[in-house]
Amino acid sequence: MVNENARQSIYFVLFRVAAFFSVIILLFVLLYVVKEGISVINIKFLTSMWSHRDITQGGIFPAIVGTVLLAIGVSIISIPLGICTAIYLNEYAKENLLTRTIKLAIRNLAGVPSIIYGIFGMAFFVLFLNLGGSLIAASLTLGCMTLPWIITASEEALKSVPYSFREGSYALGATKWETVRKNVLPHSFSGMMTGSILGISRAMGETAPIIMVGATFFMGYLPTSPFDKFMALPYHLYILATQHSSPSASEYAMGTALVLIALIFMLNLGIFILRYNLRKRKEW
Amino acid sequence: MKYIYLIIVLLLVVLTAGCINKNRITGEVAKDIKYIEIKGSDTLLQLVSNMAEAYSSIDSSAKISVTGGGSGGGIAALINDQADIADASREIKSTEIKQANDNGIDVLGFIIARDMVSVTVNENNPVSELTMEQIGKIYKGEITNWKELGGKDQEITLYGRQSSSGTYSFFMEHVLKGDYSTKMRNMDGNQAIIDAVRQDESGIGYVGIGYLVDENGNQVSGINVLKVAKDKDSEYISPLDKEKLPDYTISRPLYQYFANKPVKDSALYNFLTFELSMQGKEIVTKSGFDDITSTDNAHNEELLGKI
Amino acid sequence: MQNYRKQNEGIIEIFFLSVSVIALLILVSIFLFLFITGIKAFTQISLSDFFLGTVWNPTAYGEPTWGILSLIIGTLMVAIGSLIIAIPLGLASAIYLSEIARPEIREIVKPAIEMIAGIPSVVLGLIGLLLLSPLIANIFGLSSGLNALTACIIVAIMVLPTIISISEDVLTSLPKDFREASLALGATKWQMIRMTLLPAGLSGIVAAIMLGLGRAVGETMAVLMVAGNSIAMPTSFFDPIRPMTANIAIEINEVVKGSLHYESLFAIGLVLFVMTFAVNLISDIIIERQVRKYKW
Repeated sequence: MVNENARQSIYFVLFRVAAFFSVIILLFVLLYVVKEGISVINIKFLTSMWSHRDITQGGIFPAIVGTVLLAIGVSIISIPLGICTAIYLNEYAKENLLTRTIKLAIRNLAGVPSIIYGIFGMAFFVLFLNLGGSLIAASLTLGCMTLPWIITASEEALKSVPYSFREGSYALGATKWETVRKNVLPHSFSGMMTGSILGISRAMGETAPIIMVGATFFMGYLPTSPFDKFMALPYHLYILATQHSSPSASEYAMGTALVLIALIFMLNLGIFILRYNLRKRKEW
Repeated sequence: MKYIYLIIVLLLVVLTAGCINKNRITGEVAKDIKYIEIKGSDTLLQLVSNMAEAYSSIDSSAKISVTGGGSGGGIAALINDQADIADASREIKSTEIKQANDNGIDVLGFIIARDMVSVTVNENNPVSELTMEQIGKIYKGEITNWKELGGKDQEITLYGRQSSSGTYSFFMEHVLKGDYSTKMRNMDGNQAIIDAVRQDESGIGYVGIGYLVDENGNQVSGINVLKVAKDKDSEYISPLDKEKLPDYTISRPLYQYFANKPVKDSALYNFLTFELSMQGKEIVTKSGFDDITSTDNAHNEELLGKI
Repeated sequence: MQNYRKQNEGIIEIFFLSVSVIALLILVSIFLFLFITGIKAFTQISLSDFFLGTVWNPTAYGEPTWGILSLIIGTLMVAIGSLIIAIPLGLASAIYLSEIARPEIREIVKPAIEMIAGIPSVVLGLIGLLLLSPLIANIFGLSSGLNALTACIIVAIMVLPTIISISEDVLTSLPKDFREASLALGATKWQMIRMTLLPAGLSGIVAAIMLGLGRAVGETMAVLMVAGNSIAMPTSFFDPIRPMTANIAIEINEVVKGSLHYESLFAIGLVLFVMTFAVNLISDIIIERQVRKYKW
């Protein structure tokens, strides 16, 4: 018995170490990026156009704009689509072959490598539909990639609404749609929104799919139409890290990484706060 | 009955998809087109971005975007009708010309600068000069240890570019005249090679000289540039030696290819003219490349003159 | 009044149905595009050359060769290597979070680990390039740290949150009765975990691992930056490797649409797609079984 206790203590210590090790990795990554990148962050860096001849004079403003526009584009395409699909699957779908196939498709889409979405986007949106490398082609490509995550998150949100809500509504004579619209959606909305925004923040960090559908390294102008090419933070950072010859390039790469991570984390933090506030208002 | 709605929705989706057909705007179509999309060689990425930036300050209505991806990528984009100018650090292949013609595109080429491809080693490597043949053998994997060349007893680590790079193709055709050793590490770009050689005492890498100098014109630290000789009896010349440049053997013209003929006074035409002007040439030398020869110049002007 | 509401219902249901079908359509289109383009490559490359050939050199000086064996091995090395690191770490963390940690600690640590999942792969690749690879080169006395080992470590970091998250969910969803019964019989906590919970949650944990495997197989940017990318057949984890994902990313920019090189890259994409599809399918089946066993 004493042996068992001793063994348990050892294992538990190991497990504790393991868990905290994971947290340490996170902290380390964040701190490293901050340490290496903070020196280049200043107002000029964040708000000026990219200057290639002397990167100490230029800024990553167009890359920030590109990433934000991309996030908006992806949201427009995948959030409505994702939520509607989740509503169908959770509220309307009957147990038949079509439903099972759709569910299978969604689970598998989530596992497809991002580069496959990239080549698909290139072959389909850029070449076949002749959209060219553009914001809209990239939004569609990343939209396809984000769709399964949004559907899954929205489904979870819908499932969390107790069935009794629906029963009460039906008992009063409401149709299915009225029930969904007035009783289920309002309560699941926060969950759906947070899940969706989480998916969008992941899309913002993707590099491989956007390289072949419209991201550029240098553009002297800001994109004004969905058919324009664009700069984006992840691609910009990748090129700075591997191809730029200026000795301060890796510093700037870190700075760009810092901005990207900051954007993503701000988004996540916002969701966190939103979720907390909306949860407080729940009545059950 | 209900499923008819489904079919209608699907049909609508397909129809809208088919209608979206943005025509690629090349210089030929209209005079007031201000968009120029440049794609291609990473060796040229710096130079062309500098050109684009300088040109935009003169003509603020011009909208130029520059992307890398390798010479192969640029030419492929030109053929796929996805770019207006393809930067290439190698000559276009006959198979590519054929593919272009099959797509209805007539490819024209400009020589924008001359580049010396340098061979670099770590600063702690005692080897300082090699012949073309030795370099070729190293990259083919036939010479594997530095001691065979009078250096330390260390296995040589090969760094090179990826197959989409013009520098990769040029080096293979011109120096190796054979296939690269499969052990060569295919790096993402010129800068990646320099960083790698800097960290690796037994490393060797090839980069365009534009990457050897920083923005102030000083050679970057941590690496040594090898002197190269055509053969054992010729002189060993460094690519940084301005006077002996014409005799440096690993030199190549850098091209810009474009499709069909740009209309005179279109943004594309004006940009190309700018690149050939005094200002353009200044940018070429500041970016670390060499000015084009007079024969190159004559070729370019003839091309422009025909437009 | 009743009638128009009922009619509306029909239209609305069809609307939602058609939207959902789009998700299915996307998956099918991806597969179709990959298949149609990739299959054309096999009209000119024999299957044995493709799968068993060891050299991938489409732009060779002489005859191009199309063997993807070294690429497949590169992918497998990253997948297995990263799992070897991530499974013990991940499982241990999951057990800690679900059984041992105080609720307050759990509230902080769990979201922190989820945040790792939010770090873009290109940033982790950057850190791998600038920090980890010189470190590995120093520690092991290698000439370069751009090799399979570095790639495995970086991918392990990425896969960790997936394994921890899902395993932890599996463990916490196991009925309380299991724990109480075990402890009532006199087991220590560790004995309870080891002999009751882990076997019960095994299929869920396996599913978590499979999902992690899927992620490792599909990772592109991080391996592109740190794996070394040489096409030679690797002989150890200290050799540079080129996984299939990195290969596609590298070469897709230079291919002309319709050329054999283009088609062969899609063929590689097809192989990747089938691999991740299979892994996901298997983990789905396992999860279904786990849910059915313990749903109450």
